[in-house]
Amino acid sequence: MKLSYEQVKHIAWLARLGLSEEDVEKFSLQLSNILENFEILKHVNTDNVAPLAHIIPLQNVFREDNVADSYSQAEILSNAPKQAEKCFKVQAILE
Amino acid sequence: MPTDKLHQLTIHEAHMLLKQRRISSLDLTKSVLKRIVEIEEKVQACVTIAEDVALKEAEKADSYIKTAHEITPLAGIPTLIKDVICTKGIRTTCSSKMLENFIPPYDATVMEKLKAQRAIIIGKTNMDEFAMGSSTEHSAFFPTHNPWDLRRVPGGSSGGSAAAVAADETIYALGSDTGGSIRQPAGFCSVVGLKPTYGRVSRFGLVAFASSLDQIGPITKDVTDCALVMNAIAGHDSRDSTSVPHPVPDYTQQLIPDIKGLRIGVPQEYLLEDMQDEVKAAFEAAVDKLHELGAEIDWGVSLPHTKYALAAYYILAPSEASANLARYDGVKYGFSERDASNVIETTERTRQFGFGAEVKRRIMLGTYALSAGYYDAYYLKAQKVRALIKQEFDQAFEKYSALVTPTSPTVPFKLGEKLEDPMQMYLNDVCTLPVNIAGIPAISVPAGFADNLPIGMQIIGKPFSEETLLRIAFAYEQATDWHNRKPPLL
Repeated sequence: MKLSYEQVKHIAWLARLGLSEEDVEKFSLQLSNILENFEILKHVNTDNVAPLAHIIPLQNVFREDNVADSYSQAEILSNAPKQAEKCFKVQAILE
Repeated sequence: MPTDKLHQLTIHEAHMLLKQRRISSLDLTKSVLKRIVEIEEKVQACVTIAEDVALKEAEKADSYIKTAHEITPLAGIPTLIKDVICTKGIRTTCSSKMLENFIPPYDATVMEKLKAQRAIIIGKTNMDEFAMGSSTEHSAFFPTHNPWDLRRVPGGSSGGSAAAVAADETIYALGSDTGGSIRQPAGFCSVVGLKPTYGRVSRFGLVAFASSLDQIGPITKDVTDCALVMNAIAGHDSRDSTSVPHPVPDYTQQLIPDIKGLRIGVPQEYLLEDMQDEVKAAFEAAVDKLHELGAEIDWGVSLPHTKYALAAYYILAPSEASANLARYDGVKYGFSERDASNVIETTERTRQFGFGAEVKRRIMLGTYALSAGYYDAYYLKAQKVRALIKQEFDQAFEKYSALVTPTSPTVPFKLGEKLEDPMQMYLNDVCTLPVNIAGIPAISVPAGFADNLPIGMQIIGKPFSEETLLRIAFAYEQATDWHNRKPPLL
């Protein structure tokens, strides 16, 4: 499996990950090499094998909906890169 | 006990001296802080030292110890914490530029548990960025050096924690393990490292890398200390829905130097052709020792799906990582690059400059494996292989109390040696990552040296068999003296 320059650009776009031209070139080679090593999985017969997402035998973990204290506004905003009027400040998302 | 050597103590030794009031927590904490000042320039294991907080807490612990009838096993004893675990009020960076200035507003559950025992948090340790790596060279700040040979890596991703324990910069440390990140550095630094069963220790407050694989665990100077830390951190937590409501035993109860009659298997597939001869020889000698101690050894165990584990892991872990790391968008916390003209470009640039190369590589791999058209061939296939690997372990544990393997195929490698070849770096995890895929527990114990470079033995067990692993590890430790050796140059 060879990852082309365009494919790398496309994946980076899906991941909202900015890449330099140099990174794109490098990742195209490195990721192709890694994916080549994944080809080995084609040799495993997985017919009738159910996929395993999780190893613990727990399903649908519920708890009581109890009221408890949460964090103060100041605490939650303390790490905000930008804030205004006690809110997280973001760039405009509409034109 | 001369007060300038207190940093060399284990937890159980320090506890005894504290209990007898022959030393104070303040003496102990000062000794450890002094040790850090002396050698940190060479080892570079720590990202943050919280000296003021530590000294204040030590004084508080001393007044508790003075009045208390019984003191908790970790009371007044200094610890370092891998910088992927949230510590309230103490910077938690994940060794990433993305979180360089992040100060968590809350403690991870394991931190609450340590604080309830009046443990002394002295600082945070270096790691591969977001726990992605096997050498600690992927830290955005600086690489950590192996105390046994400063030109070599300490392993990773919990390399800072393991190096600090080996160099006596702390009495013990916490690490996290997604594919070997506790055990491989423990093996490389000749200390004890345990990855608990998935669900045994709460992940609340552990910055997520691959949520179905991550576990927090102890890195300690000996097996007894490992059991003591497990007693403190294990248990159900309603804030982690994958934490298992299974009773927590007293892990020190099974620390008996007797393994007569236990059946231990050696899976052939872990003795790879390209494994270093010295590693193989040390491992075989360690297994002979287990036999001498009365265990029944089966050298002929076969787990044929082992060879697919690496590929499955490097699909599953990056896939989960690509989803988990989507949260770093520069809005609520973390690094933020705001020069771009629109919000998408802002997000892209925040992530471009906030993440290092290995993190980007794994986000790319994971995004690809989950993307339309490739999901079935990669992610779904890997999940099916995961099921087969788990099944194979389950079957083996019907016959054996434990399986043993080398912790890594090589001794610690040189800094820079594998940095430009990601696949070579990934291959270093080949003996440890099948354990995470199956969610089972495993411990690495010091098992010898080759030219003064440490070699580790990994002991693997069925789910919730930590007691058995600790018992085998303890029996082996008591019959050998590898754990008593200290790095020569420091």
